[in-house]
Amino acid sequence: MSEAAALPGEHPAHGADPHLAHHFASLDRQVDASRLGMWLFLCTEVLLFAGLFVGYSVYRFSFPAAFAASSQASETWAGTVNTLVLITSSLTVALAIHFVRAGSQRAAVICLFITLFFALAFLGIKAIEYTAHFHEHQLPGHYYRFEGVRLPGAPMYWALYFLMTGLHALHVLIGMSVLGIITWRTAHGYYSPHYYVGIELAGLYWHLVDLIWIFLFPLLYLI
Amino acid sequence: MRQSEEDRNKLGGHPSQESYLADGTTVMSWLNTRDHKRIGVMFLVAVTFFFFVGGVFALALRLKLLYPGPFLYDALTYNRLFTLHGVTMIFLFMIPAIPSAFGNFVLPLMVGARDVAFPRLNLASFYIYLTGAALAIWGMVHGGADTGWTFYTPYSTTTPTMVFPLLLAVFVLGFSSILTGINFIVTTHTLRAPGITWMRLPLFVWSIYGTSIIQVLATPVIGLTVLLVALERVLGFGIFDPARGGDPVLFQHFFWFYSHPAVYIMVLPAMAVISECVATFSRKNPFGYKAIAYSSLGIAFVGFFTWGHHLFVAGQSVFDNGAFGVLSMFVGIFTAVKVFNWIGTMYRGAISFKTPFAYICGFLFFLVFGGMTGVALATVALDVHWHDTYFIVAHFHFIMVGATIMAFLAGLHYWFPKMFGRTYHEGWGLVAASLIILGFNATFIPQFLLGNNGMPRRYYQYPDHFQALNVASTAGATLLGFGFLIIFIYLVIALRWGPRCEQNPWRSKGFEWLTPSPPPTHNFDQIPHITQAPHDYRTHAPSGVYADV
Amino acid sequence: MNETLRRFLFLPDQASTFALPVDHLHYFVILTTFIMSTAVGLTAILFFILYRRRSETQATPHIEPSALLETAFVVVPLSFFLLWWVIGYRTSIDLATPPIDSMDIYVQGKKWMWKFAYPGGPNSVNVLRVPSGRPVRLLMTSRDVIHSFYVPEFRVKQDVLPGRYSQIWFNATAPGRYQILCAEYCGAGHSIMRGEVIVLKAEEYEDWVSAQHRGLATKQDGPPTALDFAPPLGNLVDQGRRLAQDVGCVKCHSVDGSQHIGPTWLDLYGRREKLTDGRVITVDEAYITESMMDPFAKIVDGFKPVMPSFANKLAGPEVAAIVEYIKSLQSDAVRTGPSEGPAYAPVRGR
Repeated sequence: MSEAAALPGEHPAHGADPHLAHHFASLDRQVDASRLGMWLFLCTEVLLFAGLFVGYSVYRFSFPAAFAASSQASETWAGTVNTLVLITSSLTVALAIHFVRAGSQRAAVICLFITLFFALAFLGIKAIEYTAHFHEHQLPGHYYRFEGVRLPGAPMYWALYFLMTGLHALHVLIGMSVLGIITWRTAHGYYSPHYYVGIELAGLYWHLVDLIWIFLFPLLYLI
Repeated sequence: MRQSEEDRNKLGGHPSQESYLADGTTVMSWLNTRDHKRIGVMFLVAVTFFFFVGGVFALALRLKLLYPGPFLYDALTYNRLFTLHGVTMIFLFMIPAIPSAFGNFVLPLMVGARDVAFPRLNLASFYIYLTGAALAIWGMVHGGADTGWTFYTPYSTTTPTMVFPLLLAVFVLGFSSILTGINFIVTTHTLRAPGITWMRLPLFVWSIYGTSIIQVLATPVIGLTVLLVALERVLGFGIFDPARGGDPVLFQHFFWFYSHPAVYIMVLPAMAVISECVATFSRKNPFGYKAIAYSSLGIAFVGFFTWGHHLFVAGQSVFDNGAFGVLSMFVGIFTAVKVFNWIGTMYRGAISFKTPFAYICGFLFFLVFGGMTGVALATVALDVHWHDTYFIVAHFHFIMVGATIMAFLAGLHYWFPKMFGRTYHEGWGLVAASLIILGFNATFIPQFLLGNNGMPRRYYQYPDHFQALNVASTAGATLLGFGFLIIFIYLVIALRWGPRCEQNPWRSKGFEWLTPSPPPTHNFDQIPHITQAPHDYRTHAPSGVYADV
Repeated sequence: MNETLRRFLFLPDQASTFALPVDHLHYFVILTTFIMSTAVGLTAILFFILYRRRSETQATPHIEPSALLETAFVVVPLSFFLLWWVIGYRTSIDLATPPIDSMDIYVQGKKWMWKFAYPGGPNSVNVLRVPSGRPVRLLMTSRDVIHSFYVPEFRVKQDVLPGRYSQIWFNATAPGRYQILCAEYCGAGHSIMRGEVIVLKAEEYEDWVSAQHRGLATKQDGPPTALDFAPPLGNLVDQGRRLAQDVGCVKCHSVDGSQHIGPTWLDLYGRREKLTDGRVITVDEAYITESMMDPFAKIVDGFKPVMPSFANKLAGPEVAAIVEYIKSLQSDAVRTGPSEGPAYAPVRGR
């Protein structure tokens, strides 16, 4: 029972919009609901990472020297480039939304492709970094064999590094998949200036992924 | 274009062709449904199944505890049994039960909507629940973990038993909980029928809203925590390993940051049900509507700041102990406010002592007793003696079984006619309620005394002088088990052979009773336009027809 | 009155200075709880009797509470709760603050036993002897997982953590034997990880301590149990250090990393050594023991085969002590092995 056909006594306009689900009073209401849902979901992601940030704070407080020394042993150039890459990708996804609202479908698709490219670049640079860490034995847990920093608590830095960047990279992958679907849909005309909520929600998610990185970067690379 | 009252109130005969139960009778029509009512029923079946699984584990434990020494099976099996009892009961029953079964069914009806905001997400939530359940069963079948449902490190990171499937199960079940929470919050914000302002929302919705906030904000933390334990087991990450600089007590902070609000995920929906049942069975407006509504939000908010009361003897600072203690006192006040207002609702009401009301009485006694023992624990000094003894076990069972399960049963009996269009045998209902209340007292009051006497929890063997109280508790548990079994039997019989009922057998003025029982798939022929708050019994107007159109 | 309530509530004997204040708070809170919960339950029943429904569609008045009433609903319980918190918190501060003149005893919990060590004095397993009337502070740590030291009659409990010290203190008032129970789940033996506190009169305690120092256990305060004959384990590392001196190991093996006749013991444990036959082995307990018993079996590359065998010179426990000593000789590096329990440093006063 999910057809959008109007029921006796209902407002006749309901049947008109193919995007409108039967249980919503209006498309505006439905879009509001989708946005609220996505914001709530973003709250859950924030709390997921919050735990790791708390762990980082606790152990940084316990092992300040080891953390400072270990963060210097990480590849600052890679982190910086990645930050620029992600911030730019947030820009391009915002541009994509702008272009859809302005009716320029092609420009939007191009922006989305650029976003995807930047996301891939991010993951590529991360892969290079991880390879370097692997060779230096800067690995988490019982694989840690790094001779460079011989202070108590150094393995803890690396455990947190891999946890935080790993979980973040997983979210970049998820974001990429979502953006991939959205790109396909945009290219096939699913969205219009009148209805673009899908790109908006994907954009919101992508902005959060970017925002989390903006907090990770200074903690893991700069201080 | 209302159908006539006589048509709606017809007794007997086959269900209306429009009933959601009759709308598609194939298995696929159920498995692929978007209808919140069908999803609610599927959840009800699933959580009931796991309730009995958890109950079997409990009875196995209590049987062993008849004797102080080794009996029936060994310590390792016992340790696995109490772990599985806890994991099953909490994650597979208590957390999802009232919200996902009754909330799903009734909440859209109560706000005058045709469905929840995201019906497909709702179905996904059910399948995610089943996946989590399957993972838990995988763990059980391979012997299960022996860590306790609390998974304290370093024991949980070093024990060789099958912890990983249970950790994964908890992680996956968390997603189901989060999605349900998101759905309910968005539904409440965006799908209220015209005239249902926030201050006219049924109190059930307020409490479920509070629950949903906790589900959304707290559950990710347990997801992360079990992930960290899993990584430590598999890859030796060392976040909680002292040899690598880690802190095992940090695990406890992470774990309880979710698990304390989690107990409010369990109890707030129970309070939601009680608010509705008290109003209906007293046939009176809720006394202190605003107080009850806001206290749900208060519990949700303050509940996030009290987790340290589980760590009073864990090595936390004295200052923290005091801070968490006093915050726990505040969270208790919100419950006190609700209890007084529920009693106030009964004052000068027109009370009908049906089965749900019997459960309300049990609920009130057990909530006050259990809740106040919680306040006693929050004084810190008393918890030093009671921590990790049977006093704690009795305290949380008073709230989880004595309060929450009583409320679950009240809701089950209250909404049974709504969900299935049939009534159950009232006499058996009261018999079972009495057995359960009696059995519950007999099971858990001895456990308070055992805790006072110094018996620690999770003890396979115990010093001889604890035996008498243990035997008493086991006897009570058997009675309790019988009570639940009787309920199961007469409700299943009623499902198939119970007399069909009218639309509003309780003569309730809750909004969900505006639709037929059982409702059609689309809930309302016409979205109601509400002009007053629910449960207004000032007039003699026949029930079900009090909204102006 | 105290005794009646204590028995009614199944509380154990009150054997420490904490027990009475804790129990008094307990009575206050629990009696209020009984009264309130019964009152609420009975009120519900009473209201049912008074306000029974007389007809199916009976009307009822719409009643709203006054702001005063709702405020009372909040203020009255909150006052009780906060009063209880104040009383309880003050007692808990007491519990966390040992007096300056407390005597210290070190406790190590491990699966599934309690080990006690007196500073400079005897050690015991599962039996803790303390004098009555004197404050005793326990400094506790765990060898493996979290345990919890609990004596119901004293009303004290504290978790015992790996990698950290926790402390608790009590002043036992009455001589007697009281059970120690582990109160934090720690595995298969959790429910049998029990000990006993034997509270002795002050003079008897002094007698016992001096008897221990003389190496004799001539005075018993009851028929000896198997626990009384448990061998004093003490600090293995110190024993190993003494043995290494006495038996002559340090003549050939340095402990500070310097080159000498045999491989240095500093950082030896866990090291990968190349043998004369080309094999590379990791130094573990088995290898160290084998080297003591049969020194020519595996010789480290670059060293001459001059080590004598100690097969008939060292008993099993002595070999173990030396191994423990060698394991303790680590330079300030990251440890890769499992947690081994901290070394005790004497703690004086507060």
